[in-house]
Amino acid sequence: MPFLLSSRIQKSVVLVAAVAVLIVAVVASILLGLQNFRFSTAVEAYVSFNGSNEHLIIKNARVPRAIVAAFVGGSLAVAGALLQALTRNPLASPSIFGINSGAAFMIVLSLFLFGPVFSFTELMWVGFIGASLTAVMVYMLGSAGRGGMSPVKVTLSGAAVAAFASSLTSLLMLIDNMALEEALNWLIGSVSGRDLRHALLIVPYLVCGWIIAWMLAGSLNLMSLGDDVAKSLGQKIVWVKAGIVLVVVLLAGGAVALAGPIGFVGIIIPHICRYLIGYDYRWIIPYSIVFGAIFLVAADLISRFLLMPKEVPVGVATAVIGVPFIIAIVRRKAHE
Amino acid sequence: MNRYTVVRSHKPSYSFQIDKRNIGIVLLLSILLAAVAIISIGLGSIRIPVSEVLRSLVGVADSTHQMIVINLRMPRIVVSLLVGAALAVSGAILQALIRNPLASPDLTGTTTGATAAAVAFIAFSDGKFSIQWLPLVALAGGFFASTLTYLAAWKRGVSPYRFALIGVSVSTAMSALTVFFMVAGPLYLASQALGWLSGTVYGTSWDHVLAVFPWIAGFLLIAVVQARNLNAQELGEDVARGVGVPVERKRLLLVAVSVALAGSAVGIAGGIGFVGLMAPHMARKLVGSSYGTLLPVSALLGALLVLLADLGARTLFVPLDIPAGVFTAAVGAPFFMYLLYKSRQG
Repeated sequence: MPFLLSSRIQKSVVLVAAVAVLIVAVVASILLGLQNFRFSTAVEAYVSFNGSNEHLIIKNARVPRAIVAAFVGGSLAVAGALLQALTRNPLASPSIFGINSGAAFMIVLSLFLFGPVFSFTELMWVGFIGASLTAVMVYMLGSAGRGGMSPVKVTLSGAAVAAFASSLTSLLMLIDNMALEEALNWLIGSVSGRDLRHALLIVPYLVCGWIIAWMLAGSLNLMSLGDDVAKSLGQKIVWVKAGIVLVVVLLAGGAVALAGPIGFVGIIIPHICRYLIGYDYRWIIPYSIVFGAIFLVAADLISRFLLMPKEVPVGVATAVIGVPFIIAIVRRKAHE
Repeated sequence: MNRYTVVRSHKPSYSFQIDKRNIGIVLLLSILLAAVAIISIGLGSIRIPVSEVLRSLVGVADSTHQMIVINLRMPRIVVSLLVGAALAVSGAILQALIRNPLASPDLTGTTTGATAAAVAFIAFSDGKFSIQWLPLVALAGGFFASTLTYLAAWKRGVSPYRFALIGVSVSTAMSALTVFFMVAGPLYLASQALGWLSGTVYGTSWDHVLAVFPWIAGFLLIAVVQARNLNAQELGEDVARGVGVPVERKRLLLVAVSVALAGSAVGIAGGIGFVGLMAPHMARKLVGSSYGTLLPVSALLGALLVLLADLGARTLFVPLDIPAGVFTAAVGAPFFMYLLYKSRQG
């Protein structure tokens, strides 16, 4: 099948160009906003820091924000690509699997039961556990019954699990106001106001996830031929699947822990990548990282300007961009 | 003797079939509903015995109790009943039209669309909004979102699964818009909108009842009159056309009634989810699927569900007043998963 970019050289050139675009986007995200800065000011903030307001904003607000957006975007996109390969379902993505609301529910539940005694790192792990439990539950519900797993069953059970989790979450929050304040970060998807130290705590896990994903790419290519073919070609299916699930939980859980529920990145980006370069996962993984990062940094930049001086949570922007996209996918595929 | 009684009129032309055995069920449910309503009026931070509630209703109780019953608790009960009935009938109609047991106003974007419109209205009217307009605005939002779903799902006909998938997506977009409007509006209104979002009948007054009653009662009446068309629609397009129903025109009318019911319910009580899904299914188990009895029984069950949810919300976590929608979702979502599981078994 012909794709936009067929030869190796073309793919490499576009990937390098995309990295350049990502750098430009990150720089724009650091410089533009309610206050615009010059590039030289941003450099000075690190070279000769003088404690002025501008330098403080750049160091404590803008730079963490751009970094978080880039890493979360890339991770969500890779998680989406892996889920789509695992389930052979074009709509699979972290948000469809209800992972976000599961993580939020676990965090609120533990705050409710034990009070605000957790450090950020511990809450992050709680979020991880919630995310993985929900993912497994939706996967099982979606493949229950006759006919095995189908896109519509996974989507609907994801929606139902998410509705269930969020109704329990709001119940707990209404009973206990303390939990509400602490949990708010995880309920509204946003990349602003994140502490750089917390971000740097999670980034290594995300990068690990990317590397494992890339190492699995060859196996993913064989998996997409179907379980039987992959098995006959010497793949240890169970181990590969377990590896995929581990990476997804690592990436999606880490992204939620860092930025809260940000939907649709995991659906849109892998589709765009496949449209560009075809079905070779050795290319899809790096493309997803870079394009996901560009997408979220840009969406964050746009949502900053929508209602100036107020900020729109970036999750809103990705949802509004994402829905027409999903409708197009659903209409194109025959799901009957 | 015939099992069925047919109620028929030629001008205006309508007819519906009533299974005589089911008249008993309808009566029983009505009595149960009335009993729960009266008990529910008595419960709360101040307990009022049933006899005192009954005396307040006819206006001979002492004045404090009279005030609590008539001005504080009654409107809330009446709105619960209206909202529950409207959501249930709306769901029943959708399930007949789409011939999909999973259809409900929550899945087609109707509820979330109405919510988005209502929040936008609250946020941008600068705190001077009039409760009278809220049902109408929510209705318009519900219409907009469900039209969007219907059009996006249309591709030489509407396949039930495409409809469900696109409905979920449109709902997500509408929830995102709701967040957007809340951020865009002034802060104190955002918190007001947030409580209302999760679906509550807290703090309703007779003004609310008056604002919503004409809409819901009117559309419920139309729905009952159209019951025979629902029966025909459920048999499939070809059969419906064969028995002389103008399919597309009637379908449009019925969709409009369904959306209007859900929209006005959301307009007054916010997003009380899953009632439109559960009530028709329970009703079908009780009385079978002839819409002449299915619609009234659905309405009664829906009213009962919301009434019980609100009773729990009011009394379980005293002194807190939890939105009733939290309870309906906590019960409804597992029920939905069960249906999803079952629908692939058979």
